Formats: sequence, structure tokens, C-alpha cells
Amino acid sequence: MCHQAVGLVGAELERRGIVTVSVTMLPEITRKVRPPRALAVPYPLGYPLGAPNDPAVQRAVLVRLLTLAERADVPVLDDL
Amino acid sequence: MPNLADLPFWLRSTLKLYPWRRNDPVPMATLPGPISACRVAVVTTAGLVSPGDVPFDDGVKGGDFSHRVIDGAVEVSTLGEFHRSESFDHSGIERDRNLAFPLDRLRELAAEGVIGAVAPRHISFMGSITAPGRLVQRSAPAAAQILLDDHVDVALLVPV
Repeated sequence: MCHQAVGLVGAELERRGIVTVSVTMLPEITRKVRPPRALAVPYPLGYPLGAPNDPAVQRAVLVRLLTLAERADVPVLDDL
Repeated sequence: MPNLADLPFWLRSTLKLYPWRRNDPVPMATLPGPISACRVAVVTTAGLVSPGDVPFDDGVKGGDFSHRVIDGAVEVSTLGEFHRSESFDHSGIERDRNLAFPLDRLRELAAEGVIGAVAPRHISFMGSITAPGRLVQRSAPAAAQILLDDHVDVALLVPV
């Protein structure tokens, strides 16, 4: 349900001019909801940025998200 | 990442049968400039709430569709977690809120010049919303307006 919520909020943001990039742990759901840009991460539900108290892993996810923000060939669903 | 086949039966059944809302056409905004000049916000669905703010309400039928604003100056470890879903392990977020709300990491990226700035306000939802009509009609537009008022260029969306 979280994945749908971010998809719907993201659609509203994009329509009003704000670029969005989503994390997803459930790419099968993301393919159905179709946010413009999403990054599939190899982590369990509850761990979207990878690991608690691990700044290096969290940063790596963020940097990939920011790179995806530049993509205009939507919908984009990349793997981390 | 979890395959649907690895999830508990009740959750797998829900995910398979649920009529997912589909974005069609896929909406798309474009960046006004390089990421190093962009203002970035986080939108989390981890049910995080600032100290003293109103908790999310488990009792709302169809899921609490409201949103909370999180001040960009907040101490991340002080945020309360009010997501009640049993579909994910909460222990990681209990140890480090950055796992679902990476504000400390964004601050570091801004200090290094990787992004232009961290937005002054961020948004939190509680993601267990099975009836998303009011999310679409009410809280998503309200949340978008907050980010527009703050001239946010990029929003990073983090489900749990």
C-alpha cells in the first residue's frame, strides 16, 4: 500500500512541476502503479535505504535516486 | 528485494487481488537545472511524526490518508513512528529514522554541493491506505502545495 501511496502522491507532484523519484522494494507493484522514475532496491520491506546506521549504504541509494531524477524517458524502473 | 512469492500468504493475496491505481499517462515534470542547483525534499510513507504533532490514527477506515509536515531543521532521531502495518519489520526504522527518512544524508549531500539545498519542509504519510480516494483528492494536493510554496525541485519518495 505504501508503494501505491507514493505513486499517487508522486503523480500529483509531477503534474504540478516537481520531479519525483521513488524507491521501491516491490517492483512488481511499481510496474502496475507506474510512477515516472523508480529505483528497485534489493532490501526487505521496512528497509528502503538499505540498513540502519549505515550512512554509506544510505548515501549510495540517495545518489542513485538523484541520478534518476535527470531521466526524462519515463517510466523508468532501474535496479540499484 | 522481496519477491511476492516470499511474502506471507495474506499479504501476497492482498497484493495480487488489489485493484492498483495506475498512472496513465505517466505524468512527468522536468528539472529546472542540474541536481547540484536543485532543492530536494523527502516524502516518506513511514508514518513519521514530529515531536508534539498529532499521531496517525489507526482507526480511520480505509487508512489514515492525512499527511504531516516535518520541519527541515528537525532532529531526525526525535521523530515518532506511527505506522502500524504488520507487513514489514519496524526494527530498522526504530534504530535509525534515516532508513525511511534520510534527512541526515541529504544534509550531508547539500554540504558537499551534490544537491543545491535541503527543502525547509518535508512530508510524511502513513502508507497503509487501502481506500486512496481522499489521499488523491485532498492530502496529496495539500502536500504538493507545501512543496511548491517552498520552491522544491525534486521530491524523493520513500515507501516502507
